[in-house]
Amino acid sequence: MDTSLIPFLLFNLAKVIVVVVLFLMCVAYTVLLERKLVGRIQNRWGPSRVGPFGLLQPLVDGAKLFLKEDLTPEAVYRPLYILAPMIALGCSLLSISVIPFGADIRWHGMQFFQISDNNIGLLILLGITSVGVYGIALSGWSSNNKYSLLGALRASAQVISYELALGLSLVGIVIRSGSLRLRDIVGVQAPHGLLSWNFFGGFQFVAFFIYLMAAYAETNRSPFDLPEAESELTAGYHTEYSSMKFAMFFMAEYGNMITVGCVATLLFFGGWTSPFGSYFHFGTGPIATAFFSLFWFVAKVFGFLFLYVWVRGTLPRFRYDQLMGFGWKFLVPVAVANIVVTSFCIGLWMPVQ
Amino acid sequence: MHLALFIFFAVLCVAGALNLLLQRHPINSALSLIVVMSSLAVLYLLLGAEFLAAAQVIVYSGAIMVLFTFVIMLLNAGKEEPTHGSKLAYIAGFPGAAALLGLLAFIFISRREAFGQARLGDYIATTGDLSQVLFTKLLLPFEVTSVLILIAILGAVALARKEH
Repeated sequence: MDTSLIPFLLFNLAKVIVVVVLFLMCVAYTVLLERKLVGRIQNRWGPSRVGPFGLLQPLVDGAKLFLKEDLTPEAVYRPLYILAPMIALGCSLLSISVIPFGADIRWHGMQFFQISDNNIGLLILLGITSVGVYGIALSGWSSNNKYSLLGALRASAQVISYELALGLSLVGIVIRSGSLRLRDIVGVQAPHGLLSWNFFGGFQFVAFFIYLMAAYAETNRSPFDLPEAESELTAGYHTEYSSMKFAMFFMAEYGNMITVGCVATLLFFGGWTSPFGSYFHFGTGPIATAFFSLFWFVAKVFGFLFLYVWVRGTLPRFRYDQLMGFGWKFLVPVAVANIVVTSFCIGLWMPVQ
Repeated sequence: MHLALFIFFAVLCVAGALNLLLQRHPINSALSLIVVMSSLAVLYLLLGAEFLAAAQVIVYSGAIMVLFTFVIMLLNAGKEEPTHGSKLAYIAGFPGAAALLGLLAFIFISRREAFGQARLGDYIATTGDLSQVLFTKLLLPFEVTSVLILIAILGAVALARKEH
């Protein structure tokens, strides 16, 4: 037991470090992607000065945020003011730990492309999302500023309301796969490629659109970005934050975007499996499998990030009453209907084990 | 390993509960309660109840405590003024609580076999096992509880509705 414990710990530590570094790099470049794409949508160039095509812009932004003066206003409640951005970023980083990035490739029984493979991965993701709201709520309250407080109240109300629709939209998938483990959920979608993905073959497209809208609201992204509506609330909950503390909120938001993209890919679009399924093989052997599984996963997640930016560049913001009405009167009933229909279909046509 | 984690989170749980009582500001108390709930979730996980642990985090630390903090923030509740509690609570409080705890501990230890296989270590009750029990042996209590919650929701709606 003791002889295998140390390599196990070292391997996992290395995995965590690699994933966190890559994740933060992805966050930085997602910001650049957003600025470039929104620039194109608004008929301008976006960042183009630093490096070729502006590719070094994230580095410069990072340096700028590090070197800025870290102001702490007098009237804030200090412990929570400092704790809040840590909670936000911590939850954002934690949720990546259960996500499988690629095929189940092992070395001495240790998995390469997932930090923690457990039976309740989906529930852990939901739990972390529901805890993540404290970052925003506490930052708004501890800032001792009316705009921040209003932003935080809006964020909490919004997240609580949309969490329900989000959770309900996933039930259909759990019924289909019969497991809460993310690898099993992907495994069910693997055999026939596109045709067995939950989105097409599983007839979960209603659930997918509910999930997408609820997830946009959960990450406080446009068109649901009321907590930081700059025309009404200056900058919402992070008005009083500067320098790295502000950057932590920023990273948390983009990190959540990436996580939502990963989860949507895993649950509805077959995760790392190829859209051709078993009909067309790109190559056998562990290296080819690893490469292609990572390729498909990254390509799908990139598609979701693109969609995020596209939606932001296209749709205007919701009004508050519209937001609440949409969540409670439209998404939740449709999600419940989806559960009923899905369970009927599966109950009638699927053999009982 | 399991035992070390169990002791750590049990201590954290008790410390959070004590902090909850000692803090004067409601938001600090609410946050201590979140610590208690989350460490309870870890204890459930260590005892092999993985679904219960996740549900504890989602429902208690996530939804219910967010509502608590939401209300505290909305009312902007200030610091509590210490009041002179009743004499009875001062005299009988500690012995009463200790007696109750002792009684509970005695019952749990003397009726150990009623807990089944649950123990600290590698034992895991999967979600499948849990739902098997919930939808066969305990179906009636399960459904009655859900109806009870539905009635509570309807009651809240009826109370909150504006009179026309």
